[in-house]
Amino acid sequence: MELDAVTNNILKEIDADGFEQEGAYNLRYNGQALCHGDSEHIKIKRKEDKEGVDVYISGETKGEQVHIPVVISKSGMADVVYNDFYIEEGADVVIVAGCGIHNSGCNETRHDGVHAFHVGKNAKVVYEEKHYGEGEGTGANILNPVTEIFLGEGAVFTLDTAQIRGVDSTDRRTDVDMGPGSRLFVMEKLMTHGGQSAVSNMEVRMNGNGSSAQIVSRSVAKGTSRQTFHPNAVGNALCKAHIQCDSIIMDEAWVCSIPEIDARNIDAQIIHEAAIGRINTEQLLKLRSFGMTEEEAEAVIIDSFLR
Amino acid sequence: MLKVCNLTYEVMESGKKVTIVKDISFTVDDGEMLVITGPNGGGKSTVAKLLMGVLPAAEGKIFLDGKDITGMNVDERANAGIGYAFQQPPVFKGMTIRRLLNLAAGKELPEHICCGLLSSVGMCAGEYLDREVDASLSGGERKRVEIATVLAKKHKVCIFDEPEAGIDLWSFSMLVDEFGKIHREKKETLLLISHQEKIIRMADRILVIRNGAVDACGSAKEILPALFGEGRECTCMNGKGGSGYGIGCGNK
Repeated sequence: MELDAVTNNILKEIDADGFEQEGAYNLRYNGQALCHGDSEHIKIKRKEDKEGVDVYISGETKGEQVHIPVVISKSGMADVVYNDFYIEEGADVVIVAGCGIHNSGCNETRHDGVHAFHVGKNAKVVYEEKHYGEGEGTGANILNPVTEIFLGEGAVFTLDTAQIRGVDSTDRRTDVDMGPGSRLFVMEKLMTHGGQSAVSNMEVRMNGNGSSAQIVSRSVAKGTSRQTFHPNAVGNALCKAHIQCDSIIMDEAWVCSIPEIDARNIDAQIIHEAAIGRINTEQLLKLRSFGMTEEEAEAVIIDSFLR
Repeated sequence: MLKVCNLTYEVMESGKKVTIVKDISFTVDDGEMLVITGPNGGGKSTVAKLLMGVLPAAEGKIFLDGKDITGMNVDERANAGIGYAFQQPPVFKGMTIRRLLNLAAGKELPEHICCGLLSSVGMCAGEYLDREVDASLSGGERKRVEIATVLAKKHKVCIFDEPEAGIDLWSFSMLVDEFGKIHREKKETLLLISHQEKIIRMADRILVIRNGAVDACGSAKEILPALFGEGRECTCMNGKGGSGYGIGCGNK
């Protein structure tokens, strides 16, 4: 299927691995499934009771990717979608999601993606999600993702989420329930500018013995933007977790970091750390000693920080 | 050639002007290795920062190949040809050593060049190239990466502020060899701030700074005997009294 220039451009921004109409994929465009394909091991079925798809990933899947991007180019649209992923025991898969809005009108455009992952025993999942907004219109771009993850015994889940730019408001919620021996890695990267606002609430419940979680959040707040991070690691068993929130604050922005740790078992070991600060003068000087201007040095520092 | 004339640096402390560096003058000829040494707190690092433009001079002039660079900022001085290794290099979250070397070189370096740079400062490239320049590196490792960033590009003058600080004995020995190579084979102009005898002994000329002023300046042959008590009583590094060198400023 031939895609228009706006869609192609957004796909380039939100799908770093490259969206192709091959293998397992589903492109949602302006509230509808535009095109989709299955692979031998990954089947995508449209939901019948509500908007969204069910993605079935067999245990035979090894190193395969499934791409499920969302593109909205219609100003004023409010799109809510429910995607469920059923990942069988032993599967090894990369799921590339993400949403981009092109808003050239004056109306608010919104996408709420509710994703649930049911991860089988010893399965390995990498979930990459990018959010992006663009367009010359005055209407706000709003993205409110909800991510629910259920990890079976020994499962490994990597959540790599990034909000690149152009999203005026986001209120994201992530809930994770972890079984015995399961491992979770979260890397959340976020940049806000202008008058944008971002709220991220996350609760990771380590319910099984031997489960572990590493949660890293890095953000840059520019202009008059506002950010709030509230990751919470709950230890209900013998488990280990580390939460790290780092933010660079610039201009007149506000950043609020609230890493919370909640041990409900004597064998739970949970650590948190949070830091907010402006760009370090020594870093700027070091890069300027390479011949960069202050603006170039600042851009390199931010790019590296969020890379 | 780097020429420094009557360099002065002042700060305000409790409403009073305090002179940190006063009226310092010296030159570094092309291909020459000048080592600045002297007691702690004497103003050596301040001089290095003034040369790079990290600190603003209250008075005096700095010339690079005859061009007045006193009014230039840090990046302009870097582009004019000054390389600078900080005494306490910063960390960069998210930046790999490979990327830092590329940024230092101003271009994408082939892997074997990056490896060579790290090897020259005693680091195994395979272990380090893709590591982040963050707090997971020890102080000595960060210091060695810092030196490698200066070696990544050809400069008219390279300034190293206490390159030995925090570096283990084995790496230090390797580093001394590297400075020797840069000096003898590449004929690069080097200005090193150092307390290390091995480095000081490599110098073509030595500048001793004490209490913010030039205490002595001369060839290694002239300065070393007093500095290391070779055949005469050394008073220079004791923090009190005069130079003990009987040698003047050496402003050429």
